[in-house]
Amino acid sequence: MKPVQQVGIVGYGAYIPRYRIAATEIGRVWTGNNGGVPVDAKSVPGPDEDTITMSVEAGRNALVRAGIAASALSAVWIGSESHPYAVKPSGTVVAEALGTSPFISAADYEFACKAGTEAFTASIGLVGSGMATYALAIGADTAQGRPGDALEYTAAAGAAALLVGPGAEALATVEATLSYVSDTPDFFRRADRPYPVHGSRFTGEPAYFSQIRSAASALMQELGSTPADYTYAVFHQPNTRFPQMAAKQLGFTPQQIATGLLAPKIGNTYSAAALLGLCAVLDVAQPGETIFVTSYGSGAGSDAFVLRVTDAISTRRQLAPLTSAYLARESFVDYAVYAKWRGKLVM
Amino acid sequence: MDLAKHWRLRGPRYRLEGQRHVETGEVRFPPEPDAGASWEQYDLQGAGTLYSYTVVHQTPDGYAQPYLLGMVALAEGPLVTAQITDCELAELQIGTPVEMVTRKLRDLGEDGLIVYGYKFRPRLG
Repeated sequence: MKPVQQVGIVGYGAYIPRYRIAATEIGRVWTGNNGGVPVDAKSVPGPDEDTITMSVEAGRNALVRAGIAASALSAVWIGSESHPYAVKPSGTVVAEALGTSPFISAADYEFACKAGTEAFTASIGLVGSGMATYALAIGADTAQGRPGDALEYTAAAGAAALLVGPGAEALATVEATLSYVSDTPDFFRRADRPYPVHGSRFTGEPAYFSQIRSAASALMQELGSTPADYTYAVFHQPNTRFPQMAAKQLGFTPQQIATGLLAPKIGNTYSAAALLGLCAVLDVAQPGETIFVTSYGSGAGSDAFVLRVTDAISTRRQLAPLTSAYLARESFVDYAVYAKWRGKLVM
Repeated sequence: MDLAKHWRLRGPRYRLEGQRHVETGEVRFPPEPDAGASWEQYDLQGAGTLYSYTVVHQTPDGYAQPYLLGMVALAEGPLVTAQITDCELAELQIGTPVEMVTRKLRDLGEDGLIVYGYKFRPRLG
């Protein structure tokens, strides 16, 4: 899919909470660390943070990099599986905090871990059709895993915002995108349930790997390209190993995914995961370089994007905190504090 | 549930919406109702320095115990009292550069609002 008019990312913003819990601290409580862990650590939202607050900061960073006023936005769309309210949009709170005009589209997207890239795809369509000049797409989550479950080691928090606008103003132009979905019950959470259920090994080959391979290879085929044509690649990262394996299956090298692979340090930030990886790449990418991004959402599907970095990146990326600034401010908490903050203690 | 009160305060709380005098350029926060034509809406940038701070141990219901409370001298002039977040007491001193962040102030329970508003943290980076 390509928009009628050229569009691109005119601003981007990352947000990662300050707090971390080491995977071995979770393992200490539940398994006595009998066995390996899927990441080194995961990010933990502070007690005053949620999907809305993280979206606000990521959105502010994106606006600063774009150099536009919030009043120029025509849409604020937030993808998450942890919207603070079941009914009451996150988008309106975030729009108010950013200071947009009331004459915008605000909506919450939901598609497990790819809700953020869904919002990105919709923004590309809105701007690319000429209906709007600027649209803000955000992926944000404060993910929860059942205590002791394999997911608890990785379910993390973070946000990433992409401000989509005219290609002529872009830091990175959108060359093409493609989505692939199928009804695959690898992971779900029923209404009113606090923790999701997953299909263990079923989340791998028929779910994550199949959707990512299908979307990524179809997009490359459509463009007549191969993995070697791209400087960087970013895949959804539910743990350290899955994106490494997906990259290998598709023919990308470890070097191509290294910059955008944040999961070892912060875990799986769900709707933010692929987008935060993209932010980390945009923090260092040079004009002319190309980025291949593929998200994954359970249930299931993948969105793939090809981006080309422009000259504007060099001056604008310094205007807001780099992803590395958020990664560097890590402060570790123990399981007791984490359990209290995350509402895992039922009294 | 004070729905109307929280709704009225959303501008100042979420993004430091204050007022600026159209002739003198004086900036004030919080904004005053019915300010007249001499004052226009003005969003403060949220950058400032810590003027003073303390630790609140005896906290009202619904607040973390303890929490850090600061007086922040904003770049535009006003002095604002707010919680300081994302840091430990030892990281603070008078003059520490801080910046506004929008965070959860209160959670009014399963059938209540989540109230968002400004706090400050040591400036990132």
